[in-house]
Amino acid sequence: MCLKFVKENFFVMIKLNNIHKTYYNGSPLHVLKGINLNIEKGEFVSIMGSSGSGKSTLLNIIGILDNYDEGGYWLDGTHIMNMNEKKAAYFRNQMIGFVFQSFNLIPFKNAMENVALPLYYQKVSRKKRNKLALEFLDRLGLKQWAEHSPNELSGGEKQRVAIARAMISNPKVILADEPTGALDSETSFEVMKILREINKQGITILIVTHERDISHMTDRIIKLHDGIIAK
Amino acid sequence: MFDIDKWQEIFSTLQKNKLRTFLTAFSVAWGIFMLIILLGSGNGLENAMRKGFKSSMINSMWIFGRQTTMPYKGLKAGRYIQLTNEDYERVKQNIKEVELISSRYHMQGNNYVAYKDKSVNFEIRTVFPDYLPIENIIMKEGRFINNIDIAKKRKVAIISTDVKKELFKTNHAIGKYIIVNGFSVQVVGVFEDIDDWDNNRCVYLPVTTAQLLYGGSNDITMLSLTVPVSSSLKESKRIEEKIRTEISKIHHFDPKDESAVGIGNSLEDMNMFLNLFFSIRFFVWVIGIMTIIAGIVGVSNIMTIVVKERTKEIGIRKAIGARPGSIIGMILQESVFITSLAGFVGLLLGTGLLELIRRYIPENDFFYNPEADIRIAVAATIVLIIAGLLAGFYPSRRAARIKPIVALRDE
Repeated sequence: MCLKFVKENFFVMIKLNNIHKTYYNGSPLHVLKGINLNIEKGEFVSIMGSSGSGKSTLLNIIGILDNYDEGGYWLDGTHIMNMNEKKAAYFRNQMIGFVFQSFNLIPFKNAMENVALPLYYQKVSRKKRNKLALEFLDRLGLKQWAEHSPNELSGGEKQRVAIARAMISNPKVILADEPTGALDSETSFEVMKILREINKQGITILIVTHERDISHMTDRIIKLHDGIIAK
Repeated sequence: MFDIDKWQEIFSTLQKNKLRTFLTAFSVAWGIFMLIILLGSGNGLENAMRKGFKSSMINSMWIFGRQTTMPYKGLKAGRYIQLTNEDYERVKQNIKEVELISSRYHMQGNNYVAYKDKSVNFEIRTVFPDYLPIENIIMKEGRFINNIDIAKKRKVAIISTDVKKELFKTNHAIGKYIIVNGFSVQVVGVFEDIDDWDNNRCVYLPVTTAQLLYGGSNDITMLSLTVPVSSSLKESKRIEEKIRTEISKIHHFDPKDESAVGIGNSLEDMNMFLNLFFSIRFFVWVIGIMTIIAGIVGVSNIMTIVVKERTKEIGIRKAIGARPGSIIGMILQESVFITSLAGFVGLLLGTGLLELIRRYIPENDFFYNPEADIRIAVAATIVLIIAGLLAGFYPSRRAARIKPIVALRDE
């Protein structure tokens, strides 16, 4: 009992308890039908499932981009429930780094400014955040591309910039939605290697993918089928 | 406000849509430009009018006999009222507000003024000494009519510079005898009255002399007088009533009969002009604001499209921690920036054009010193900022409502 308490409060990063989610576009669509999931600090986990299995919805709920209808969600011990937009924005900014399939870099900002953007919303001074952004780009081998705009970069480079952006605010969790979906296999492996290195620094990583070989590069595979976790 | 990143973002989005930004900005700039030009022109008109009024900045009244319209104490309506010297005396004695007063006697028929072999038609005005300050006449040579002229009915004349030029060319006129409607009178003064072309083409005679020479007996044509300039229109009207009542006692008509004597009042004219200017200004503001509203709608439209195009970007910003407030601020700032900048361009062009007009327009009576003063500039600035906020209001709300999961969905 005591051990369980310690484990849940000091080692669990993400705790989902019987999460339900229904979308009401026309006929109600029950997407998540009771998800129970614990992800510990420092884990590198992948969620797999076919399209329509609810894996993106699950990621959105974990990323505080969407609300759930029923159940409970704790992120690093904080109960996340019906947050207003302002508070949700604060938590996303402080605790979560996002990596997307289509990179989602802002086209008219150069690589450095894109990486620095989360710190802008933390009101870090321009000079300081640009310096930090350069450091992160350097760690990912992109220092010489700092002044380039995203459309001058290759797919792999763009995703590395996006990863640097996810890391700069020093988040507890990095959520990656099909991070290799738009990349060739060689670049995909590179990206996975980078994510693995980040994970070694202690950051919990959760990726959504439908590619088997990508998921096999993570420590744990969670299979989602028709709104419930398959055993 | 002076956040480099925000400005950088605004410039980069504006740069991406140069033509559209220009067209939108143009409508706002045009609105302000028109507003400044119209207000400046209104001021020009007003300044010219005020300049014209400046010499008559005294509250003068002129009173003339007309026809009664009400029966009174057994006298039937429709009698003609002929003012006489008695009216002059009684008004002068009994109305304490009267400062200066002069009666005038107009001579009927053709008036001619002759010297040697030259004979020219001029207006003959027969007046009291007080007429000099009432009309603001400037003496160039000699003197004006004095009280001795009036008392002794002396045959003297004061001629204008125009009359002197036509009759005497460059020769001396003072002391010479001229013929006015058949009677010989001596020129004792030369005056100039630049207010009005007509005023400088006339000859002044003492009113008593004219009554004697031209068979007017006691009749006078009108009374000119002044009252304190500080008096309000209401006060001025009250003095009018007092004068009418005084005259009604002499001529036995109903004091309420306003058509028995006509009373002109410069303050009333002035007031009419002031009302006119107010209306013009009001009208100009309405037109200007309408034009600006058209601009606002344009800017609002563009901003809505901008928000739509930037849906994804706004979604990214929100995902990585932008609060709704910062998104609203971003859109509003952009909107205020476009409208203010465009507005200032319009303001600058408008005042520039007014300055050119002011500098190069030949002097005339209808348009003088058109200017858009600092108050207008301040008002326009406030209007612009409000316009920008209004234009950005709807689009920014729309932007704030963008959901990241919708914006970031991969198609």
